[in-house]
Amino acid sequence: MKTAFDERIGTALADSRLQAALEHLAFRFMTARNQAAADLPNWEELRTQAHAIKRHTIENLSTYLLQLEARVRERGGTVFWAEDAAQACSYVVELARARGVKLAVKSKSMVTEEIELNHALERAGIEAVETDLGEYIIQLAGEKPSHIVVPAVHKTRGQVADLFEKKLGLPHTEDVAKLTATARAVLRQKFLAAGMGITGANFAIAESGSIVLMENEGNIRFSSSAPKIHVAVVGIEKVIPRMADLAVFLRLLARSATGQKLGSYVSILSGARRPGEPDGPQEFHLVLLDNGRTRMLADPVAQPEGYASAAAGTVLSAGTAQPEGYATLRRETLYCIRCGACLNVCPVYRKIGGHAYPWVYSGPIGAILTPQMLGFAIEPKLPFASSLCGACRDVCPVKIPIPEMLLLLRSLETESMPGGRWLERTGFRLWAWAMRQPWLYRLGSRAARFIPARLLAAAGPLACWRKTRELPVFPEESFRDWWRKRRAPPAGMATGRRP
Amino acid sequence: MFITCVVDQFFPQVGIATVEVLERCGLEVDFPEGQTCCGQPAFNTGYREEARRVARGWLQAFHDSEAIVAPSGSCVSFVRQQFPELFHDSPAELEEARRLGARTWELTEFLVSVLGREDVGAVYEGAVGYHESCHLLRELRISRQPRALLKNVRGLELRELDLAQECCGFGGTFSVKFPELSAAMADDKLRSAARAGAETLVACDMSCLMHLDGRARRLNLPLRCLHIAQILAGTSAGAGGRAGA
Repeated sequence: MKTAFDERIGTALADSRLQAALEHLAFRFMTARNQAAADLPNWEELRTQAHAIKRHTIENLSTYLLQLEARVRERGGTVFWAEDAAQACSYVVELARARGVKLAVKSKSMVTEEIELNHALERAGIEAVETDLGEYIIQLAGEKPSHIVVPAVHKTRGQVADLFEKKLGLPHTEDVAKLTATARAVLRQKFLAAGMGITGANFAIAESGSIVLMENEGNIRFSSSAPKIHVAVVGIEKVIPRMADLAVFLRLLARSATGQKLGSYVSILSGARRPGEPDGPQEFHLVLLDNGRTRMLADPVAQPEGYASAAAGTVLSAGTAQPEGYATLRRETLYCIRCGACLNVCPVYRKIGGHAYPWVYSGPIGAILTPQMLGFAIEPKLPFASSLCGACRDVCPVKIPIPEMLLLLRSLETESMPGGRWLERTGFRLWAWAMRQPWLYRLGSRAARFIPARLLAAAGPLACWRKTRELPVFPEESFRDWWRKRRAPPAGMATGRRP
Repeated sequence: MFITCVVDQFFPQVGIATVEVLERCGLEVDFPEGQTCCGQPAFNTGYREEARRVARGWLQAFHDSEAIVAPSGSCVSFVRQQFPELFHDSPAELEEARRLGARTWELTEFLVSVLGREDVGAVYEGAVGYHESCHLLRELRISRQPRALLKNVRGLELRELDLAQECCGFGGTFSVKFPELSAAMADDKLRSAARAGAETLVACDMSCLMHLDGRARRLNLPLRCLHIAQILAGTSAGAGGRAGA
């Protein structure tokens, strides 16, 4: 049965321009990333440290969030706790209305994509303009980003030229400098006219009440400093305890994302303009977003620390204190710093692109985030759309065990649908039973050799296999039958020969 | 010997080659007949209880083995790394899984890292590309050993693939749940082998090779897919074309 997901995968595979773009992106970023990681003598140590900091923070999340809130308030900022997307959006919309804001400039931010803030603002009659070039292109095209770091990776130069011609009236040109200059000219006017700047944050530092933003275009710094009001929408997992911890993450983030040592701009913002300061916004609002994150935090499945592989372990009821030395697997999803490296290295993402995924988060991290935040129903096949190659786990700067998590989600998805896929379930039950009876296994394997291959391949998994590949040639004799003959050789029969 | 179910049923010649190589190294080999499958297919598809039942059978079959050697990185990594998790709440079985896991080896790892043999006296004429299967590479971290063995095969010219470490797209039930996507990944690998000028593609896992060979045949590509045991047994040089043949 073909689902919408299968359709989107098919469309992506047939799109040669997309295939070329994804291959180019992956090659460029992964080469740069591998070089950048190799240039640091202590890369693996940094990853281990980053994992430990994230783990400590997530295990003590409420402490650090309350500290962050207190510090932001001390510096004159406002903190709003948003339980879900609707609350976060309506806070921003109401704030804009109350201050008479007609135009807001936005920096690229996955979390505002997640809550679809632009739609909420538009519905309220407030213009929201994306100021990251890639994100601006996507907004003009009315699409969603297809990559966490490079939102318009699926767009070719020609498509951007067409778009700028149609939407901005620019005479058709594929000259990148001209296209960029046009966007810059349009956006500059928006920056100067905007009453509100909306950003996300890469990190929020609890001890100082600061937010940290890394970028390459300067548009985030502009968005957060020129307008009178700065609103930062930040997922609660973005908090880190201390400024000193930032040193670890700054070394990992840009290197993992693009292979740069650091983004061109790193802004550490600690509240609005204070008396005597010449510039900066007059108001700072921090929206701390839950939107399903605490559900992951209340993960009932824990496993002992130090497992070679770390999927389901001891099942604890939700809310019980974790025993010493236990970490929760699903919580580790919250360690993500959105660098996008797992997308670049993923052989599945590189074939299907971001738009094939059911939600804004794509690639391996999307495959584990989406079912945990939205449930399995949005796309039950998503956790299965992985060959479990493990490249994402190796590249992740905070060492999230993504393949183990996919395996766990597969078993949870299977359990969550007791009536679903009954054929597959029955098949596996029968298979498991037969595998426990070596005599039956032997008998079955002998019998199978008499069934014509065409008959076997008429339906089911073999038919799916044959859609794109030939079946192996079924040999006349299994290894075990060969072995049995060899063990009891008739007189004179040599051992070790092919039968 | 732990002759995985795929090898047992579809590629007995790979099991036979494994026997030949191990015996040439002076070992006495046994095939405990109680073995069937390790349970990985069920586990990876989300059926943990079924996987556990099958894995329990594996533990019983190999209870008395001194060293367990398999011509597969994937099955070995499942036994070593996932068994402890499958039996986490059953102390006796957990203990047994750890005990047996510690003496379970992938074939090339066993030859090179345990026996210290990098040359098993094999002969193979031709340009050979080596595909690094994912679980072998990223779960067991075995990459040097197969290459060391291949370099010592007389007549064999090792051609490095630019995408040697990329997944081939097999992925167990992934290959039948997403047949087109799985094949598109195989095509990248096959193109990489062609770029390297490899006439034969070698790997340590028959499941990857079954997939790559099936795709190569569908596309009528002149590429042989062979398990490393077949190269090391030295029986493949003149023998029939395909991995499945």
